Amino acid sequence: MLENLQLLFDYPALGADLIANGLMIGAIFALAAFGMALVWGVLGIINIAQGELVMLGGFVALTAAGLGVPPLMTIPLAALVLFMIGWGLYRLVIFRVVDRDLFVSLLATFGLSIILQQLSNEVFGADVRTLETGLGTLILFDSQIVLAEIKLVSFVTALVVGLALWAFLKRARLGQAIRATSQNARAARILGIDTDRVYAATYALNAALCGAAGSLVVMAWTIHPYIGLPYTVRSFLVVIVAGLGNIAAVIAAGLGLGALENVAGFVLGAEYQIAFVFSLMVIILVVRNLLLRRKREYLK
Amino acid sequence: MTDIQKYALVATSLLFSLVAPFLLPQFATQLTMLWLMVIFALTWDTLGGQMGYNSFGNILFFGIGAYGCAVIQRDMGLDYFSGLAVGLAFAAVLSAIVAIVLGVGMLGLRGHYFAIGTLGLGIAAGEIAGGWDYVGAGSGMVPPLYPTEMAGRELFFYFLMFALALVTFLVLRTLYATKFGLALNAIRDDEDKAEAMGLRTTQIKSLAWAVSALFLGVGGGVAGNLLGFIDPRDVAFAGATFGVWMVLMAILGGKGTLWGPVIGAVVFHITQELFWTYLLGWQRVALGLLIVAIVIFFPNGILGTLRERFPEWFGEKVEERR
Amino acid sequence: MILLKVLRGVAVALMGFGILWGVSGTASAKVEGNTVYLGAAISLTGKYSTNGAHTRRGYDLAVEKINAAGGVTVDGQAYELGIIYYDDESTPARGAQLAERLIQQDGVTFILGPYSSGLTRAMAPITEKYGVPMVEANGASISLFQEGYKYLFAVLSTTEQYLQGAIALAAETAEDGQVLRVALAMENDPFSQDVRAGVIADAERLGMRIVIDDKLPPELNDMSATMAKVRALKPDLLVVSGHAKGAALAIRQIADSRIDVPMLALTHCDAAQVIEKFAEKAEFALCASQWAPGLSYSDDLFGSARDFADLFEATFDYAPPYQSAESAAAVMVFADAFERAGSFDPAAVRDALAATDLMTFYGGINFDEAGRNVAKPMVLFQVQDGEYRVVYPSDTAEAPFAHPTPRWSER
Repeated sequence: MLENLQLLFDYPALGADLIANGLMIGAIFALAAFGMALVWGVLGIINIAQGELVMLGGFVALTAAGLGVPPLMTIPLAALVLFMIGWGLYRLVIFRVVDRDLFVSLLATFGLSIILQQLSNEVFGADVRTLETGLGTLILFDSQIVLAEIKLVSFVTALVVGLALWAFLKRARLGQAIRATSQNARAARILGIDTDRVYAATYALNAALCGAAGSLVVMAWTIHPYIGLPYTVRSFLVVIVAGLGNIAAVIAAGLGLGALENVAGFVLGAEYQIAFVFSLMVIILVVRNLLLRRKREYLK
Repeated sequence: MTDIQKYALVATSLLFSLVAPFLLPQFATQLTMLWLMVIFALTWDTLGGQMGYNSFGNILFFGIGAYGCAVIQRDMGLDYFSGLAVGLAFAAVLSAIVAIVLGVGMLGLRGHYFAIGTLGLGIAAGEIAGGWDYVGAGSGMVPPLYPTEMAGRELFFYFLMFALALVTFLVLRTLYATKFGLALNAIRDDEDKAEAMGLRTTQIKSLAWAVSALFLGVGGGVAGNLLGFIDPRDVAFAGATFGVWMVLMAILGGKGTLWGPVIGAVVFHITQELFWTYLLGWQRVALGLLIVAIVIFFPNGILGTLRERFPEWFGEKVEERR
Repeated sequence: MILLKVLRGVAVALMGFGILWGVSGTASAKVEGNTVYLGAAISLTGKYSTNGAHTRRGYDLAVEKINAAGGVTVDGQAYELGIIYYDDESTPARGAQLAERLIQQDGVTFILGPYSSGLTRAMAPITEKYGVPMVEANGASISLFQEGYKYLFAVLSTTEQYLQGAIALAAETAEDGQVLRVALAMENDPFSQDVRAGVIADAERLGMRIVIDDKLPPELNDMSATMAKVRALKPDLLVVSGHAKGAALAIRQIADSRIDVPMLALTHCDAAQVIEKFAEKAEFALCASQWAPGLSYSDDLFGSARDFADLFEATFDYAPPYQSAESAAAVMVFADAFERAGSFDPAAVRDALAATDLMTFYGGINFDEAGRNVAKPMVLFQVQDGEYRVVYPSDTAEAPFAHPTPRWSER
């Protein structure tokens, strides 16, 4: 660990490079986390199948590219297809767990994630897949920082989507209906909002976000049917840290997590990178809770 | 159910359990795993069903037990059975201590935060074990082999696991019948009121988790020796398989009851084995569907559903009022 | 009452299944009619399912070819081969259970190995305990052969040999007095860690220095932290072992980050299809392989390595990866052992296996006392002009080793 820290001091550009790459990774977490926050805030469920939706988005993008769709166009295409899949999943399974205990939703979505994983394994095979975009590499500061352009694309996409989402929730009718439902579902119903449609739209929207994230993952990294759980847990981590309401906080937390994880992986050694992330989550939870306990409250 | 029926039932099951490995030697390992599942479900239910703290990370103690026992067996240089005995004792103590220490921070969390927090613990533990050379890092550990000159390896492990399951059951049964059991339920029903009434909730929660962890740890030690290979992510801290099954079995059988987890474990394990045999290639999809179905349609589990349909069996009198 | 009934029902069901499946003895081999059965654990689901499929096809093709050629002749009678398959779900616990089941319930006395060292490791204690010979083709971990198993035989080269060629070639490129600096990025799983141990042993023996030693978590989908280190420390050789994902990520991220490494050595390039997927980005990469269709091995059953590849491709519509080739070889080893033993007694077959000295399209097969195949070296390819060319060992080399890899700015 000390040698790694030493490296960071000897080559400061290394730190910048790690952070830059980490931010790119974090952009994907932020996308998945938006959706998780939406679903949690509006439907009151924790979607353990989040990572699997990302994975499906990746495979949809891959299939589309195989059919001749230009790689960058697969991003909105994957979002669209996953929107429909998300709507379908809501109608089949999710609507039954919406009004129930959070714990029930955890398990139900866990079951769903297993089904999606295994079906993907059957349909797409367990191979590691990736999509070449033909985009190049950005070389900055005299080769001190090197970024693959696709990663930059994913970063910008995440920001753009975040902004669009924020505008949507604020201005569009459906967006306002979603916010109303999340604040008080009964009142929203009394006022004439069809909360069931709102729930379906929210879950579908979440799926679309994951779909876009997935298409970015397959282009910038690799996918296979079992990549889901890490994305699920990281988006959960981001939501816990950022809270449910604030989109800017979610973006910041997602980016921050990506950067932090990358640097931690470098300093502590790659084998402890994931342990670091999860231990961090536990510590954050415990500390926040302890702080609340002093006021005789607890995390809700 | 009358008492006589209950005793007859228990006696039959005990008898069957004792002779099963002789009647069905081909299933010996599967039956041993069945008892492990019973331990999983029972220990999970102590926290989840009786106390209302749904833990997704109880697998942590299973892994600690597996590794703890294997390390003792490797380093102390005793013969197989002494090594195993000391190893299991160590696994029990270590798991309980870890539960108490972690409980200080973790048991303050409520509801889904506790669930996800423990999930994080389980995953982190698997990753740390995967990076720590002392316990074999990514290559895992191999416990010493059962002495080949002695026959009956399957029988030995079967009865060991069965004895463990039995002890777990009896200890928990006794605990639930005391004030401690009432306290656990009080915490589940309304923790703040329980605390306001003067119950020392922190100590009670810690103790419950420690008891849970202890039996899981010993189970881990036995399982590690049974399976012969401790992989940090796939065996020891197998959160996505064992870890979640713990929860499912307890829910399937009926959260918060004594026999619920046992029944749930038996049904779940047998169903899973049948799926594996007959639905080759699709067994995991079927399992996922089963999970969704259980959670949505039978949230009260088998015992819960039976209780609703046939309350008389559970000693509840239903009076028709006109 | 119902609980009692339920439990009784369960008990009856279990007994019923037990009776249905019968209590098979383990002393006699599973021979039905004139077919002798081998048992096999295959990963049909789970993370190894693709390789499990390759393995299964290798087994099936060999059985088909052997049966078509008249099967095995034991004690004057001709027998066909058959395989009983179960899905090990790519998990060690299942693999172990499956071994028990094959031996106890189905009564097989010969087992073909599973895919991956982890699964083989889980099954080996059980086959050893029951005295059931296991010939495996996909568990390369050297640690399997350090436990003193007598009934385990492996046709493939073991992990410490995987990248021996790369280290040897690197040593040849060193100038006088130059201490070569080696970077390792290995997945943190039993197989890759064993490869790592082998690489470290070779590197230290040849006086090289290890400057980076990263253990990548299996779930990790990004190597940029390691890449950053490589860029900073400029090693002479980067070695990556992480199954197909590791190979794909390495090639992709080295190209994307424009990292200049004079030598890059990988495992599982063909499984990751680096040439098809990455084209020029994969140029100059060194790939470890157990076998190649272009090698000059041959036998009477399949013909040459090229013949096997053609047959496989005609049957299954894709070119055989080495996993399929070695799996086929495992079946051939059993067939040969049966004939030399002249019986299906497990102990006799075991002794015949230990004495194997066979040449196959896959390579030579000769087991040492631990059960490892010492007659077949690992092959090292280099991607040159979009094709794999053998560059090591020198007696089978098709092309000279191109070194150093040109910088990205010059490509």
